[in-house]
Amino acid sequence: MRVPHSLKTTPFHARTARLVQGQTWRRWSGYAAASCYEFTHDREYTAIRSTAALIDVSPLYKYRITGADATRLLDRVVTRNVGKAEPGQVLYTSWCDARGKVIDDGTISRLGEQSYRLTSAEPGLRWLHRNAFGMQVAIEEVSEALGALALQGPLSRTVLNAVARDPVDALGYFRVMDNCIAGVDLQVSRTGYTGDLGYELWIPADGALAVWDALMAAGREHGLMPAGIWALDVARIEAGLVMLDVDYHSALRAVIEAQKSTPFELSLDWSVALDKAPYNGRRALLAEKARGPAWRFVGIEVDWDSFEALYAAVGLAPAIPAVAWRASVPIYREDRQVGYASSGCWSPLLKKYLMLAHLAAPHFAADTPVEIEVTVEHRRLRAHARVRKLPFFDPPRKKA
Amino acid sequence: MSTANRYDAIVIGGGHNGLVNAAYLARAGKKVIVLESRDLLGGAAVSEQVFPGFTFSVYSYVVSLLRPEIVRDLDLPRHGMQILPLESTVTPLPDGDYLAMWGDADLTRRELYRHSPLDAEAIVEFGRLMSHMARAVKPILSMIPPDPTSLSPGDLKGLLRLGGHLQSLGAERFHALYKLMTMSSSDYLDEWFEYGPLKATKSASGIIGTFMGPRSPGSAYVLLHHYMGEIDGAYRAWGFCKGGNGTISNAIAAAARARGAVLRTGAPVKQLLVRGHRATGVVLDTGEEIRAPVVVSALDARRTFLDLVDSRELPDELLRQVRRFRFRGSSGKVNLALSELPDFTCMPGVGVHHRGAFSISPSVEYLERAYDDAKHGGFSRRPYMDIVFPSMIDPGMAPAGRHVASIFVQYAPYHIDGGWNDAKREAFGDTVVDTLAEYAPNLKSAILHRQVLTPVDIEATTGLSEGNIFQGELALQQLFFLRPAVGWAGYRTPIAGYYQCGSSTHPGGGVMGAPGKLAAQRILADA
Repeated sequence: MRVPHSLKTTPFHARTARLVQGQTWRRWSGYAAASCYEFTHDREYTAIRSTAALIDVSPLYKYRITGADATRLLDRVVTRNVGKAEPGQVLYTSWCDARGKVIDDGTISRLGEQSYRLTSAEPGLRWLHRNAFGMQVAIEEVSEALGALALQGPLSRTVLNAVARDPVDALGYFRVMDNCIAGVDLQVSRTGYTGDLGYELWIPADGALAVWDALMAAGREHGLMPAGIWALDVARIEAGLVMLDVDYHSALRAVIEAQKSTPFELSLDWSVALDKAPYNGRRALLAEKARGPAWRFVGIEVDWDSFEALYAAVGLAPAIPAVAWRASVPIYREDRQVGYASSGCWSPLLKKYLMLAHLAAPHFAADTPVEIEVTVEHRRLRAHARVRKLPFFDPPRKKA
Repeated sequence: MSTANRYDAIVIGGGHNGLVNAAYLARAGKKVIVLESRDLLGGAAVSEQVFPGFTFSVYSYVVSLLRPEIVRDLDLPRHGMQILPLESTVTPLPDGDYLAMWGDADLTRRELYRHSPLDAEAIVEFGRLMSHMARAVKPILSMIPPDPTSLSPGDLKGLLRLGGHLQSLGAERFHALYKLMTMSSSDYLDEWFEYGPLKATKSASGIIGTFMGPRSPGSAYVLLHHYMGEIDGAYRAWGFCKGGNGTISNAIAAAARARGAVLRTGAPVKQLLVRGHRATGVVLDTGEEIRAPVVVSALDARRTFLDLVDSRELPDELLRQVRRFRFRGSSGKVNLALSELPDFTCMPGVGVHHRGAFSISPSVEYLERAYDDAKHGGFSRRPYMDIVFPSMIDPGMAPAGRHVASIFVQYAPYHIDGGWNDAKREAFGDTVVDTLAEYAPNLKSAILHRQVLTPVDIEATTGLSEGNIFQGELALQQLFFLRPAVGWAGYRTPIAGYYQCGSSTHPGGGVMGAPGKLAAQRILADA
């Protein structure tokens, strides 16, 4: 068989495979990815918030976009103003269909005047090609050519400085630089999916193992740990970061209109540039801006006493799944369902039960009292909760 | 006449639609008899031990279109029907490469990506739209077609329902439906894909059972027809029935029997008995008469109206339409008993790929050329083939270590120059084997027995006119309120008490059962 009848493995697989102790693998974009390395993800999560964690994020889709019309193409596709970005800048953005419904979200690194790298959660080549018709632009998928590592946590800078040719102290939040580790030329961006101080490394696949080894060696004395998706999931919920196929569905894949979301409905207003030249979805987004979004993506903080009381009533201690959950949990206000949570977890750092949720107007204002559905001993009950502004956790070190 | 020969309803033809019809009538408390001319129930959905130890789904060989409500209503799993998964399709290519579509989306993407990164993405959206469309068409499948020119309350109600439904599709799906109804499958797929073998393999669904090429307008509808399959609520899921497709017929038969239906084999019907424009029963070839106020023909439109009925009983306009109704059988079947599995050059060895289908469809040009041969009166010198190895899915189909292959072949035109004869049948069989052996060189030495079926053979055994597997082509002018004839798409006939329930009626062929069920609904409502 020309193509192995198996999942793909990332360029770091030779190292990560030996570290996964409990066979806790999962699928991510057709790759085998570690859910966690140790038997539980507790220490891996702790590393993200207290020392540093190394996360293999190679399954991200990556596209290199170059040419005279590279800026024009991206500005036509995404909601951020790409033309305004300087070389060395990274933008988080979503992109929409003509009706202003989100297709995907990711980052754009401006690597040069006419050179960009776009990351996405779902394959995006076809959409880029469709939008590039008649433009002078080359779109190259580099998903497999580039390995990607997220080095996240308060000590990530220290670890990185120990191995990088050029110090990263001056690298600002959402900036990218060329660098070199273990003789491998790569790029370092100050980005991540944890809401903490952190970096992402974009590494040619053939240099991946050398960089992994160098980081792991340098990180030993700083408490660096490889971390899997379970740890990352808790961190991203604390950081209030939306996730495709978990918190929302791509407009290109949704089956019915109700499954689609606009950037405003995902509370990504700040990433929508309405003042730039026409782009996909702009007209719809202008209209939505004028009338106000029907939904918002918000945080939900569960009232612990009320939650605990539901369990106490049947003689149990409160139970929250050990792993962040991805499901639909109804949210009520005065006995009417006003929305649903799409992910949630116990925050070991904040000591709170947190959820990410979609609430209909006008119920999404911060501090609005709501109720969440809780199943206690096979019975569906409700606990009190409050709407919170995202992110739940936003340490100064993230941008410092 | 003894009361033993009196029934509430007689169903002519014990194919799956006749059996479904009988089962539903029996379920409603009717005293029903099914009359099958062969010694075997099932029509074109039969399993036969053609060679000792080797069982074949002789004609139809996979299942997916069978309506889930029929499976539930008749509780077919309880009566022995078990569907096994048939997940992959591999298209071997002349250059030694292949195209594979697996049951797993990640594996399919990985495979398609090496041929075309864009198609690897397009196939996800395409699949979404097609299953969307199949959902959109689903209510139409379970609707007795209203006559758009009629002002009768029943037809008007039906038209309103249809209009409301089309309205509810939304713009994207309505436009796609319009395109699927009018375009060729090749043109339609060109809008989606760039990789030739992918387009060819997908477009093959658009030519099955029809005398059209992938570039013939209207073939896109046949493509959609094949997407309407539904197993466990998932669209476009094909399965293989344990024991072969005869097990489906047997399960329906068992369901009918359990509800009191009498199933008689070896009982060919000669003619419908009519008195005062009303059906009163049938007479068998033996001269035996059986009486019932309701007679349902599960045979195709030609046999239902031209063979079984004195033509003076039918209006000329209907007879003309039925004479024009296009059958033009275009496919043949080759069943092989094998000492070992074919070893495909593109995927050496025995593997998961043998548990799925193989499609000989390397390019749209290849398929169109295959059609050209047929258009000009011959069988395809390089035919399209859809091959499965049922013994890999259900080992009971062959002796231990041996295998069976089911090869659906197109085109083998019914109207071949000079007519079919034994020599031509063997030449056709040789062409099929030679073509397949190009991709799997050990094939010839592995063949223990070979059964070759031309459309003429299919007609002779199953009674399907011109060997058309759908009881008439699924062409736009032969669908919905035009199937099989204007004014007579609602399962009734001009003769009171005489009904039609075969695949010649809406919604057409495939082991679907919908015509049998809808006809039963009409009969029960008329009673």
